[in-house]
Amino acid sequence: MEITVNDESYTVDVEPEMPLLWVLRDELGITGPKYGCGIAQCGACTVHVNGYAVRSCQLAIGDLGDSKVSTIEGLGSPESLHIIQKTWIEHQVAQCGYCQSGQMMQAASLLSTNPDPSDDQIDAAMSGNLCRCGTYPRIRSAIKAAAKKIQGS
Amino acid sequence: MGRLRTITRRTFLIGSVAIVGGVAFGTYMAKRPIKNPLLADLEEDEAAITPYIKIDASGITLITPRADKGQGAYNMQARLIAEELDIDPVTANITPGLPGPAYYNGTVLEESIPFPAYDHSAMAENIRKFMHVPAKLFAMQITGGSSTVPDGFVKLRMAGAIARETLKKAAAQRSGVARDLLKTEDGSVVLPDGSRLAYTELAAAAAKIEPVTDVQLRPSSEWKHLGKPTERIDMPAKCTGTEKYGIDLRIDGMAHAAVRANPGVGAGVESFDANEAESMRGVQQVLAIKNGVAVIADNTWRAWRAADAIDIKWAVGPYPASTAEIFNEIENVVDVEAHRDHRQRDEGDVDEALEDGEIFEATYKVPYLAHAPMEPMNAIVLVTDDKCEIWTGTQIPLFVRDHAVKMTGLDAENVFVYVQPMGGSFGHKLENTHVLQAIEIAMAVKGTAVKLVWSREEDMTHDYLRPGAVAKGRGKVADGKVETFDLSVGQSALLPDWFGRLMGTGIPGPDATITTGSWDQPFDIPNYRVTGYRAPVMVPISSWRSVGASGNGFFHDSLLDELILKAGADPLAERIRLCLDDTSIKVLEKVGEISGWDGSSMGENRGRGVAFCMSFGVPTAIVSEVTRTEAGIRIDKVYVAVDVGEVLDPVNLEAQVFGGVIFGMAHAMNCETTFENHAAQQNNYHAFEGMRLYQVPEIEVVALSNAKKIRGIGEPGVPPAAPSLGNAIYAATGQRIRELPFNKQIDFV
Repeated sequence: MEITVNDESYTVDVEPEMPLLWVLRDELGITGPKYGCGIAQCGACTVHVNGYAVRSCQLAIGDLGDSKVSTIEGLGSPESLHIIQKTWIEHQVAQCGYCQSGQMMQAASLLSTNPDPSDDQIDAAMSGNLCRCGTYPRIRSAIKAAAKKIQGS
Repeated sequence: MGRLRTITRRTFLIGSVAIVGGVAFGTYMAKRPIKNPLLADLEEDEAAITPYIKIDASGITLITPRADKGQGAYNMQARLIAEELDIDPVTANITPGLPGPAYYNGTVLEESIPFPAYDHSAMAENIRKFMHVPAKLFAMQITGGSSTVPDGFVKLRMAGAIARETLKKAAAQRSGVARDLLKTEDGSVVLPDGSRLAYTELAAAAAKIEPVTDVQLRPSSEWKHLGKPTERIDMPAKCTGTEKYGIDLRIDGMAHAAVRANPGVGAGVESFDANEAESMRGVQQVLAIKNGVAVIADNTWRAWRAADAIDIKWAVGPYPASTAEIFNEIENVVDVEAHRDHRQRDEGDVDEALEDGEIFEATYKVPYLAHAPMEPMNAIVLVTDDKCEIWTGTQIPLFVRDHAVKMTGLDAENVFVYVQPMGGSFGHKLENTHVLQAIEIAMAVKGTAVKLVWSREEDMTHDYLRPGAVAKGRGKVADGKVETFDLSVGQSALLPDWFGRLMGTGIPGPDATITTGSWDQPFDIPNYRVTGYRAPVMVPISSWRSVGASGNGFFHDSLLDELILKAGADPLAERIRLCLDDTSIKVLEKVGEISGWDGSSMGENRGRGVAFCMSFGVPTAIVSEVTRTEAGIRIDKVYVAVDVGEVLDPVNLEAQVFGGVIFGMAHAMNCETTFENHAAQQNNYHAFEGMRLYQVPEIEVVALSNAKKIRGIGEPGVPPAAPSLGNAIYAATGQRIRELPFNKQIDFV
């Protein structure tokens, strides 16, 4: 099976029902997307498939087709930060950080389709992403700040 | 403080046995210096002037032995060392290092004594100091009890100062300039002519000289890294998906393991059929382990899938089958003299006061709760004939090592525990069942590293939970004041059981956690009594963020609120009137000021509630404002005032308070772990939801610095969160909810 992740092609030999998350983590060693629940309740595994936020624990690799996958590693890097990552650092959002890959992928997807979200739209887009440390207030302020930056740019 | 003397001191709680042990060992053992573990395998040109700093030609390594579960412990420990060492901690290599007795946590037992944290009498302070002795003797390298900052505040800065002065001594010998004429800056010794000698160049020489131990710590006015907002060192990695947690590690040739253990935790396996599992793709081996079955495969998902395909017949769980039966056992001990564990607060004459007149009575209840950190339990273990290596996130690395020594028969120096950053814990990683399982599996396939990852379901059904508890409150009011307060708390004893798991033998004596957060509150009520009753340990229990105070904060403040309202007094003003601790009074006044408190009513369907709890020595007051909407209760705004003595990092302090308050409220809103057929029923986040972003209120935090001692802030935000919400719900609706979670009786937006 051929898949494209972060603009690179990979060939994997796995069962078609294996979730994308485990192909990424265990077969390709791409560990930014995290396992949290396995049932689409926490959002820690969120990646982009053709630009849209998707729970990779629920997407069987056999259903991916020729869709392109990007992960937090493809969003930006410590040397070249995406605006969401930059704002996340400025707002000191992370505590344990385990859910943050998913939070940032969800937020990036929101801002790419709606660069000026209202409070309700932020709530609606982000409420599938669980954070047990309680970083929510800073997630909210970071998204608003990133939106402002996008407006200004 | 006169009244304090009447607090019963006959029983020394959890520390009692440890104190006796310390005396028996004598002060020699306690004062004997511990060997610096870094010296054992030092290379020729390396210096390890203290157990916390290692310098060689290539760079500086800071050892941060308290584990990072997300609370920012690595960052804070590194900055404490850097403050005196004069380096930029961002340029250093920061690692927890290998666990060792030198890294014992002296402070962790300090508040387990029968003196409340606001008692600064000479006797209380001396006993607190003495509690460092058992912590040292038992080599308690533990991360917990909000103790990383109080334990490291002097110790780590001293380490930095000793290293700095020793490097200056080496520079003085090399340059011929007297040490007191030398300065240090950004990793170098600076000579009077402005030329620099990098620490890395001086390491080899510094290693050969006697360290300078007569050093002075700088006053806070000279701090560069502390006392101001800084960027957490781990933040860029955590905001780019590049932080490696234990679950992300790979070891060459590693196999993946899954386990299914008896959901009746502690009971064994009667039989199992693994025929189907063994034929599944990628499965290498199925084996029986203690109380369960393990699968070894070539991928996590394949291992889990195969484990699910095993047909297992479980032995019956070793405790009552259902939540109803379990709580029945707890209710049966409350106010029964034979089950009394301790009475740490007994002032005035409660019995006489409650003999006649109008007595208020109420029963409160809190559920069992899972920790459920986002990163499930995991460990990688490699066992060979000569050594055992363990990679895992843990708060108890030395105890993990000792368990591995017992299981493998290897010497302690051949067992290596590499502590990993954790994706949350909340106390979950004070337990190590998963590591013991991984060791057992790795011993069966010696030479191959095995990575065990618990599925979310395995994690939430094999947790050592926050104990459920029941409290009966009684009281009386007179002349608009609270006059009598009597609280009886029933709970299973948590710490003796945990010590038993850690050290192989439990400790006898009472368990403070049954009433921590109730008995030790800084109030002066004419008739004031708090009693702990001990239920048997049934389902597995352990420490959960804020430990005993997590339930007691709710019990104590809810009863107090009810009595104050019964007296017709203002909830904030009466708490302030009753409070006997100046620092706590200022915290209560501050939360009133920032919330614009003018009584608990805020108009139709709106209300505010105040709550207070001193836990881990931190007085914490919360005001919550709520509105009853058609969709349920909405939490509008939360105000928090705390006092930690000295604020080392205001940005992280705020984050920890946000986290603590949300953690406390989230579980109070909708979480519980219940049992049927001996098994925990909530096995994933759909049934244990907590708070979602749309439910999170704006939270305003103010930290005061009036307290005498520096304190940690990881836990104190939790205990007053639930009662402030409950008190606010009452103010808005007239409905008093005495049992958590609230959503059994009221909806939330």
